[in-house]
This record gives sequence, C-alpha cells and structure tokens, in this order.
Amino acid sequence: MTGVSQLELDPTAAGTPPRRPGRRARTSVFWLSLPLAVVSVGVFVLPLTGLLPAAGQDLAATRQPPAFLPGGTWAHPLGTDKLGQDVLTQFVTAGRLTIVIGLVGALVAIGPGTLLGVLAGYFRGWVDRVISVLIDAQLALPFILVALAIIANRGSSLPVLFLVLALTGWAVCARVTRSATMAIRERQFVFGLRAAGASEPRIVFRHILPNLAGTTVALGTLQVGTAILVESALSFLGLGVVPPMNSWGSMLASGQDELSQAWWIAFFPGLAITLLVLLVNLLGDALLTHHDPRKARR
Amino acid sequence: MTEAVQKGVPGEAARRPRAPEPETPVLVVDDLVVEHRDRGTGQVFRAVDHVSLRIDAGESVAVVGESGSGKTTLAMAATALGPRGGGDIRLLGHSLSEISRTRLRRLRPEVQVVFQDPHGSLDPRQSVRSGLRELRTLQPERTSWIGDAELLGSVRLAPELLDRYPHQLSGGQAQRVCIARALLMRPRLIVADEPTSGLDVSVQADVLALLRQIRATTGAALLMISHDLAVVRSLCDVVHVMYRGRVVESGPCEQVFVTPENDYTRELLAAMPGARWRSRR
Repeated sequence: MTGVSQLELDPTAAGTPPRRPGRRARTSVFWLSLPLAVVSVGVFVLPLTGLLPAAGQDLAATRQPPAFLPGGTWAHPLGTDKLGQDVLTQFVTAGRLTIVIGLVGALVAIGPGTLLGVLAGYFRGWVDRVISVLIDAQLALPFILVALAIIANRGSSLPVLFLVLALTGWAVCARVTRSATMAIRERQFVFGLRAAGASEPRIVFRHILPNLAGTTVALGTLQVGTAILVESALSFLGLGVVPPMNSWGSMLASGQDELSQAWWIAFFPGLAITLLVLLVNLLGDALLTHHDPRKARR
Repeated sequence: MTEAVQKGVPGEAARRPRAPEPETPVLVVDDLVVEHRDRGTGQVFRAVDHVSLRIDAGESVAVVGESGSGKTTLAMAATALGPRGGGDIRLLGHSLSEISRTRLRRLRPEVQVVFQDPHGSLDPRQSVRSGLRELRTLQPERTSWIGDAELLGSVRLAPELLDRYPHQLSGGQAQRVCIARALLMRPRLIVADEPTSGLDVSVQADVLALLRQIRATTGAALLMISHDLAVVRSLCDVVHVMYRGRVVESGPCEQVFVTPENDYTRELLAAMPGARWRSRR
C-alpha cells in the first residue's frame, strides 16, 4: 500500500509540537505501516528487477517443493504449481492485483459511504431517514447474496468486483460517519459559524469534513482489509478475479485441490492474506485511537 | 450611525458609546414556548414555557436559574440558532417568524454568542489566524475595521497566539479568542452563555472584567446566561429568574437580590456562597 506511509501524518500536527496522548498511538502507527509499505512497494518493484524466475510454464518441473524442503531448488524458491509455473513469481504479480483491489475497493466504499453518512448526520430529517433505511437494508443483506446476484448478471470482471466492494462496504462507513457527524454538528463552533453568517455547505465542507478526516482515514484503512478479504472469498469461489489475472485469492482457489500433494501453492498466498489483513486492521485500529476526538480536543 | 461611533474596541473608542436607538429594542422575546419531544417515548418536555423579555440597546440583561431550567434553550432560540416553538422573537425589529433566510443570514452577525466551553467553540482544525480569516471572508465589510493583532490586543492576548491551534490555548485564552471573534463582528447584542463556568476562578474574574469593559466601550447589549448570581450582580442591570422553563421573577438586579419576592429566588440567593454570612451582618 503506497499510501499508507502518509496516513500516519496528522493534518493538525503541521508545525505544532507533538501531543502527549497521541504519542504511543503514533509510534504503533509507524511500526504497523512500515511492513505494509515494504510489502506493497516490493510487490511492484520486484518484477522490474529481473530477479524473479521466468513466469512461463515448465512441464518438466511440475509441483516442485520450495527451496528449503528436500527436492527443492533455488531456481524456484517457493516451488512450482501443477503446470510448472513458479509460485514466487505468481505470488508477487498476484500481490499487485490484491493490493490494488484493496486500495481501490476501499476508496469506492469510503467515498459514497462518507458522503451519505455526512448528509444523514448533518441534515437529519427525511434525508437521514432515507439513508438510514438504506444502511439497515444493506447491512441486513448477506454480502455473498449481493455478490452472486451482481456477478451472475454482469459476469466477473474488475469493474464488477469494485461495484460489489462498493455495495458491500459503503453501509458501514456511512453508519460510522453519520454518528461522528452528529457529534460534531452539535459542537459549539458550528453554532458560532452559523452566527457569523456561514452557509450550511460551507460548514459541512470546510468544517465537518476536515474534522472527520481522522475517522475517515481509519475507516478507509479497515476497509482495505475488508476489500482484500471479500476479493479473496469471491476469487476462491471463482467469482472474483479470473485467469489470466491472478490475485492471492485466486491462487488460493487454484491451489486448494493440490493441498495434499503440493501444499505450498495455496499456503503462501493464504499466509500473505492473513498477515496483510491483520496488519491493516491493527493499523486501522491504531489510527482510530489516534484520532479519538477526546484526545484531539486537548 | 457613523463609522467612528460603530468602531468599538475597548480602550480606543472608550468615550464614544454607540448612538442609542431607543425606538427598536435589540431583542424582544414575546411569549416564547419551546418544546423538546423525546423520540423514543413521544413525551413532550416544555423547556421554555411562555417566556417574554426585552433587551434595549446597550442594556445588560441576565437570565439565571439552575441547570435544566431552560436558560440555554431560551438563548439559542433568541439567537435563531436553536428551535423556536410558539411565540415570537424580534431581533432588531425583525420578527424571526417572518424573516426570509437570506435576510436572517445578513442579520446574524449583529448577534454574537460566547459559549460555555471555549475549546468547543473553536474548530480544532483551524489556527486562530485562519479562523479569523474565515470570519473576514464571511463578512468582509463588517470586519475590516481592525487588524488581527490589534483585535487580540483588545482582549489582552499577545499576537503570537495567532498561530496557535485551539488545543494549544488555555481555557482562559480560548475564551478570550471567542470573545475577540464575537467582537470582530461589531455585534449589537452579545449573548454570553455561562461564559465563565468552564474557567478557573482566577481567570473568571479576568473574563468578566473584559466583558464589562466591552459593554462600556462598544455599547453592545448583553444577554448573560448564568447560574452564578455573583457574576450576574456585578455585570447586569436587569435579571430574570427562570425555574422549570418559566420566568418566576424579573426586575432590576439590586431589587431582585435585596428584596426577592419569589420563594425560588430566595432559595437561589440563600444557596449563594457567603449568603448566610452576609445576611447575618
């Protein structure tokens, strides 16, 4: 995730001394985003270095174990699959797509989610009622049902996958943003601005949104993890990324029937998904604590 | 009204109070009723119950009462910032039930509010300077009369504080910034909703002295919302005592404090620190 290293920067902190309460959260934010940044940069840079084994099939070397097991060679550090394709090379190229899906998938959910949440939380009334019903309806639908319906109708492709991610992710963002907005709009500075003659759009875009930035960034981070998990689950069912494209989820799917003979095909992408999502979620939690309004006010 | 008369910075225009306009009161609250409905139970709670009051130009009026007596609801309704139920409110002669949105927005800067929580009254993401800049873009003509540094000087703050963010200000400093922001608009009415309750005792006295000075120099009327009777006595001409949404006693400050007629007012006065000692004397 190339964006993550910037996420820990606090917009209010520009030119101000560090705040005491945020300090611990900030260091953990740094140590969590570091491996994420290394992985995401690595996945994009490694194929350019020419260090990876060739990507083609090699029917003379099928199901070769990783180099550290008996029978493995350093020509294929993580072994090969049933067509003799190098697992490490696949792993890296699949990682690219997984990370792109995670980031874009989070953006398409966060964008409309934040907007609707702010509208509902700020204007209340019928706007809030309509949006709240939509949120509840969305949350009541099992995501796999939504995904199946859309994919059965439109076929599986990246745009459809993003549509599914947007539909399954916006509701949570909208709900959190809505309640955060409701808290901010009762703060006295909002009344003060109104007394100074500020228009409602100005208050929403210049004051409510910037004050939501911390929450939104944290939510976005958590959403990256969710998007990766959803994509993996869909790809595992054959509904997400389809060949010739590869993601960690689709690698997992193609490796599952080989588990007894060549466990390494499915193991490494599975491990990667687990660690990536774990790190992203921990980072999201750290950011949420970091941007706790009770701390920010001090 | 000439420019020189409107210029009302403490110290500078001290001897030139704003020309009084006796015919239009700054604020008239006429038989106001405000009700809150509990969404869950549907129960109606009457926060303000048939309240009337009037503030003339330059006058200083207090509303006192315990927490939950409807003081703040009254203030918010009177400044068109909160819900207004039955009855009518006239700001500078304009009835709020008849005024158009555009006219109301133009009228708003005439009434400025200083809230209880000084930190909550400032956007945490804005430095003092950028906050003032925003007020200037909102009301370019109204605010051009004074520079940022001079304005802070008028509330006795150093110009270095301009680049601070709200969380880097002490409570007293933040409240002074809030007062400065209100002053920048040259309002004809300042509503102070418990302006000293969130502050240390030593700072309270400073802020009150500042409010008193502003009153004397700008000629702005003051609506003071407080539960602190000592504060009210030192600052206001007229006092209204509120209890459970109703005004139970009104009158000139000294009269209400020396010869209270209502039982609740007497209780309130007896609860004042030092009241027993004073009565025995």
